[in-house]
Amino acid sequence: MHTFSYVKATTLKQAGELLAANADAKLLSGGMTLIPTMKARLAQPSHLIDIGGIAELSGIEAKDGKLTIGAATKHVEVAKSAVVKKAIPALAYLASQIGDPQVRNRGTIGGSLANNDPAADYPSAVLSLGATIVTNKREIAADDFFQGLFSTALGAGEMIVKVVFPVPAKAAYEKFPHPASGFAMAGSFVSQRGKDVRVAITGAGPGVFRWKDAEAALGKKLAAASVEGLSVDATDLNEDMHGTKEYRANLAKVMTKRAVGKLSGK
Amino acid sequence: MAKVELKINGKAHSYDVEDRTLLVNLIRDHAQLTGTHVGCDTSQCGACTVHMNGVAVKSCTVLAVQASGADITTIEGMAKGDKLHPVQQAFTECHALQCGFCTPGMIMAVTGFLKDNPKPTDEEIYHGLEGNICRCTGYINIVKAVKQASKAMAK
Repeated sequence: MHTFSYVKATTLKQAGELLAANADAKLLSGGMTLIPTMKARLAQPSHLIDIGGIAELSGIEAKDGKLTIGAATKHVEVAKSAVVKKAIPALAYLASQIGDPQVRNRGTIGGSLANNDPAADYPSAVLSLGATIVTNKREIAADDFFQGLFSTALGAGEMIVKVVFPVPAKAAYEKFPHPASGFAMAGSFVSQRGKDVRVAITGAGPGVFRWKDAEAALGKKLAAASVEGLSVDATDLNEDMHGTKEYRANLAKVMTKRAVGKLSGK
Repeated sequence: MAKVELKINGKAHSYDVEDRTLLVNLIRDHAQLTGTHVGCDTSQCGACTVHMNGVAVKSCTVLAVQASGADITTIEGMAKGDKLHPVQQAFTECHALQCGFCTPGMIMAVTGFLKDNPKPTDEEIYHGLEGNICRCTGYINIVKAVKQASKAMAK
């Protein structure tokens, strides 16, 4: 690992100022992706600003049909939270399937979203549920936030403070984890709110995306059979030693059907 | 340089380390507790698992400075004198190790897992130990040991 300066921020304001003052600084919370990336010398920030201890960034609250989760809330907290299990059980389930127990004990929702790994789990929930990403500067709709491979709408000096999820009538997440790495080869988060059905696919492409044909079909009839005749466009999907584009397209459809089959409400 | 003050196995320590020093290196090189192993060094194998404030973490993926003020338990802190921790005892009795390299991390992970899930099913054990790899593939006896420890700890 290259050298860097470690700074522990105690308030959101201080963290924002440190981030604005150092162009090559990175925020550190759980560090479950950032530290391995730095060890592999794929990142060499000048400063690490530790935001893990900032109280304003942590916590879970359900109020007025919305579930709010602080950016530094750990996966284990979301997975075990009685509040999340009651409001959006599919989200608690998703969190329980991220990485492994030690990773869930440290990794955070804000870190996962800011990193936007194409095989990460959380982006699919945020996009499907139409959540709002609240930063230290503004509010960003999920549809605008994710911009492909490790890219987001976050600008310089901007940090995620919390994520606000509208509580759906029904939701479910299903993924096919790679047997060795555990990362999603394809994952599908399906949710229904009013007449609106949204399907977000992770793992299969260079970034999370909505499968709009499936959304339209499921909006007419919310049953696995509705997507039977459809297929995910394979053109821009990932292709590697683990699977072809067509394999991933099919897997995304299978995961969507399974998710529809286990839709649950609060 | 950073000043790291922490407790390891109940004993207070203070070290001046580089900001980039990993917790596992502080434990092994500075505190000279070499029971915690470095296997893959890429947060996959779990050999470096220790407890930080009672929670299992991979110490190769935590900065030492992030552990400042924390209470760390390593494999050396599990036995009470000559009396092994029930998980250690179960690993011994079930022969839940072959080469033994993954064992300290495995025992720390199992102990963390059983806190949350004192009466696990086989499926729950598989899911709960996904963060630890036994390169000898001695999983059958490890699962047996988890079940035996669970029974012993329920008494």
